Amino acid sequence: MSLKQVHSVQPKEFKFSNENLKKAEEILKKYPEKNRKSAVMPFLYLAQKQNNNWIPLVALKYIANYLSMPYISVYEIATFYSMYNLAPVGKHFVQVCTTTPCLIRGADKIVKLCKEKISSNENTLSKDGTCSWMEVECLGACVNAPMIQINDHYFEDLDEKSTIEILDSLIKDKPLRPGSYRGRQSTAPEKKRLKNGENHA
Amino acid sequence: MEKTMLKPEDKIFKNLYNELGWEIDNAIKRNDWTNTKNIISKGREWIINEVKISELRGRGGAGFSTGLKWSFAPKEVGSRPHYLVINADESEPGTCKDRDILRFEPQKLIEGCLIAGYAVNAHVCYIYIRGEYFNEGKRLQDAIDQAYKKNFIGKNACDTGWDFDIHIHYGAGAYICGEETALLESMEGNKGQPRLKPPFPALVGLYGCPTIVNNVETIAVVPTILRKGGKWFASIGKPKNTGTKIFCISGNVNAPCNVEEEMGIPLKELIENHAGGVEGGWENLQAVIPGGSSMPLLSKKICDTITMDFDTLIKNKSGLGTAGIVVINKNQDIVACMARIARFYKHESCGQCTPCREGAGWMWRILDRVAKRKATFNDIDLLSDVTKQIEGHTICAFGEGAAWPVQGLLRHFRKEIESRCREEPLIKKKIDNPYLVDQHLLEDKNA
Repeated sequence: MSLKQVHSVQPKEFKFSNENLKKAEEILKKYPEKNRKSAVMPFLYLAQKQNNNWIPLVALKYIANYLSMPYISVYEIATFYSMYNLAPVGKHFVQVCTTTPCLIRGADKIVKLCKEKISSNENTLSKDGTCSWMEVECLGACVNAPMIQINDHYFEDLDEKSTIEILDSLIKDKPLRPGSYRGRQSTAPEKKRLKNGENHA
Repeated sequence: MEKTMLKPEDKIFKNLYNELGWEIDNAIKRNDWTNTKNIISKGREWIINEVKISELRGRGGAGFSTGLKWSFAPKEVGSRPHYLVINADESEPGTCKDRDILRFEPQKLIEGCLIAGYAVNAHVCYIYIRGEYFNEGKRLQDAIDQAYKKNFIGKNACDTGWDFDIHIHYGAGAYICGEETALLESMEGNKGQPRLKPPFPALVGLYGCPTIVNNVETIAVVPTILRKGGKWFASIGKPKNTGTKIFCISGNVNAPCNVEEEMGIPLKELIENHAGGVEGGWENLQAVIPGGSSMPLLSKKICDTITMDFDTLIKNKSGLGTAGIVVINKNQDIVACMARIARFYKHESCGQCTPCREGAGWMWRILDRVAKRKATFNDIDLLSDVTKQIEGHTICAFGEGAAWPVQGLLRHFRKEIESRCREEPLIKKKIDNPYLVDQHLLEDKNA
């Protein structure tokens, strides 16, 4: 169960854009006619994407109406799953994996850098309002540890140097290249690996 | 030259690192989708029997016989349709094998879905991918679209007369949805909280219909087994622990990697030949978590000789689980590492059963105290007791998954824990709080 805070300032209205309405109808086709409720998770994602990566309460009501579900059931789902944001996050949303396999390989250093570069607290917007970060549980890229997720993309095989590089370009809104930051082929073993840009046995 | 146990021709996942291309045309060059029609035309019984002969055991953690599971599905379709559900909610710390299959070998999975779907009488398959694997899901959708285009799936799939559709359903960051009944609840649009078993999903599963739930890797190896024969697969590895397996080696090794190897390979060989050895040498090894964070760790002494298969690891009071190997060397604080895992379970408990919901927090807090040298000797027994109270007293296996690693730590590192504990508690003052009084009413007095 994830702990989350619902944002104090809520918009008054929400409805799916025309494009999302089409997508919603496509999603409903995946499930049997009498099991429309199954679409609640994909619908929450649509709402989140449409509303700058967070879901306002009116959107929960809108989805509840759309799928003929009680509002509280949708609320329950939105709070149960950790990937639904109920308060604004940065345009660049950094999630740092800190579970043991990443911790062993220095995830705490990345957390420290996020505190320095983005904001001293988790889930708090940076000064310019474009970035926020949080610690998350295992993201399932353990052999590429330590790693972070920024919006939809994974940034792997990090060290302090490459993290600083990534966070700096993030703050300057420069485009980023996802994937391994040691030039490694996916999850293949490396013969020689680099640490902080230097050869390392 | 690297020494390996597995012969190159026996490798199933030839594109594990995407050196050959994931697109369908490249996959066909690697023999995917050859003879699929032939295989299906041999019939359900032949398929299930061949999978039984291969002695394939589920790759998702429990290690249950796949052929047997399929045979639990009703032979005839009654009033309710059958479903096939693929569990791609890979979230066990230390495990990242399914991600590579989804990214680089999607056709193996899709072909496996068709064959498995046919074997259990399902026309519809849902693949439940964890929400964080957004790009992997996109890749899989591309691969599914390519397969539709070639008419490998869809109406009259592979010209077999069988209609078969595959849909992707994204999770949203709940570890517990990797438990099969929680996954089904989640798919139905509920909170991911496990169901009581029985009835098992094979009879009452998704939407109350017979449903077979399998892990990605399990399904992805099926087409190759049926092409090469169950006996071929059974000839690799050890009796009852057959075939190849993708191992994920992470933590304090020189070259962390995913690698497909023979089941029953010695752990030491796996780490030294594939992962470049332990950081600081084998003697610097402290412990290894052999099968994802739910499996109890192994001490160095056991690691020296142990082989990586289901039964040997069970004999050593651990388990193969998902084969996510986390190597911890002597530079690490073992208690802090395990306290972090306990925090993971505290965060991920679904909250349905009290022993797990409350106990996971207890275990984390005590281990955190030990790591910070603030615990007392009494805490050790309390910790051990809490693990026993959780184990076996919850609806699903999450309780065991949370309790076992702590028991493993107590078993192998009790001396280390004791050396960090003190006789007297740090805070000696006893506050005489009346039972069941709202804490905020007492705040002034205790301030």
